[in-house]
Amino acid sequence: MTRARESEPTVVSKIETRTDLRWNRKDLLGLRELSADEINFVLDTADAFKQVGTREIKKVPALRGKTLVNFFVEPSTRTRTSFELAAFRLSADVINISVATSSLTKGETLKDTAKNLEALHADILILRHSSAGAPQFLAERLQSSVINAGDGAHEHPTQGLLDLYTIREKKGHVDGLHVVIVGDILFSRVARSNIFALTKLGARVTLVGPSTLVPRDFEQLGVTISHDLEQVLPTADVVNLLRIQHERQRKEYFPGLGEYIRLFGLTKERAKLLRPDCLIMHPGPVNRGVEIDSEVADGNQSVILDQVTNGLAVRMAVLYLCGGIAT
Amino acid sequence: MIKSDTTAATAVLIMDADAIRRALRRIAHEIIEGNPDLKQVVLAGIPSRGNEIARRIADTISVIEKTNVEVGTIDVAMHRDDVGTRAELPIVQASRLPLPLENRTVVIVDDVLFTGRTVRAAMDAINSFGRPARIQLAALIDRGHRELPIRADYVGKNLPTAFTEKVRVRLGDEQETDGVWLIKEERQ
Repeated sequence: MTRARESEPTVVSKIETRTDLRWNRKDLLGLRELSADEINFVLDTADAFKQVGTREIKKVPALRGKTLVNFFVEPSTRTRTSFELAAFRLSADVINISVATSSLTKGETLKDTAKNLEALHADILILRHSSAGAPQFLAERLQSSVINAGDGAHEHPTQGLLDLYTIREKKGHVDGLHVVIVGDILFSRVARSNIFALTKLGARVTLVGPSTLVPRDFEQLGVTISHDLEQVLPTADVVNLLRIQHERQRKEYFPGLGEYIRLFGLTKERAKLLRPDCLIMHPGPVNRGVEIDSEVADGNQSVILDQVTNGLAVRMAVLYLCGGIAT
Repeated sequence: MIKSDTTAATAVLIMDADAIRRALRRIAHEIIEGNPDLKQVVLAGIPSRGNEIARRIADTISVIEKTNVEVGTIDVAMHRDDVGTRAELPIVQASRLPLPLENRTVVIVDDVLFTGRTVRAAMDAINSFGRPARIQLAALIDRGHRELPIRADYVGKNLPTAFTEKVRVRLGDEQETDGVWLIKEERQ
């Protein structure tokens, strides 16, 4: 065989090797600190993982040999299950620790519990905690990846990402859309994560709710505030209804359930004000007849169940990106 | 976060655009010869250059046989065996294969066949979609140094290389600038 190499070589003095490193975080603590490029990169990665769910064997070896600890200091079924299933689909091993079974009830500090988990070679720690900043506290002290699964009223980044993913999937883009978030904004980590990510990707955000739960301060985040739901519904591309957390509501903030429904519930009648292509979203669990009427929640504009499916893909992407890098 | 480093290197042209075109035409003929029922064949490219090669082979087959062969794409990133040991994560993409795969012949298409680990990952990915009748392998360049018991059914060019050398393949929209080069890096 004659090889071209033996003839007069063409010499190229400089060859550019360019590597685009688009993710180099071990932790996901919030969406505030992410760039628009990083957010889009997670959503693109989630696209690839969503497709795994359509295969005959819905499992890939991407995180084989890694151990994931679901550490939920505040109750949650939906988010915990979603992370657990995401980890299974990536072939990671999963341990679940909830408040009742953890030594936190015996007075062990959060840091000590986490140090113990690390001593067991936990690679990824999923933390839900009632105190804002708890995930960051651990991320700064542990080698393991820390993923925030909701901390106090601070952030719930994977919920924000799955909401964005769903909007992008249904609408084809996020920029230029008018997204209306309704409900208890003040105490909502879901709202915060959504606001940070939506504004970074160029959406116009309007917050709607009683003035006690939607304070003017939020305007500093680059959003519009309204207390008149019927006025904003006709221009909305997306309506995201937050759950009214009756169990946490304090009387001085909340007008009372009847009054709330009358002013801010997405009733059948109000839903008629929406454009036919407006998406209706809800992070769940839904209080039927409070934030949203049953017919509307089950109607063809509702993408509530798509959000659940997409949550799995987004969490697989986050686990892969944060947990897959050599530490 | 864009890292850019420059190293001096010599690049030797191994195949020009014509040579690539001829090699792919021969592979197309061999695939036709080896697969009497072309309707059952899927050309599954490994991103990104494998996709381009698969597309070109499919185009050539449709010209020769007047039959359209299905083209798919296989993501190997999530099936790799070295995740967690690399400083940089491979970018994952969605796989697309026509389903069901039962009774079909999937031809994995890649630009350079080297250690065989990528092909191993591609076979794992394909099997997660179903159980094809056969899996075959086509590569534009076979540069040797296999680390797994894998060989190609269709090869554009066998190119003996040193392990430290690199093979660079360019397949653009304007095919005139296409080429395969052997790169030797010189430390500065």
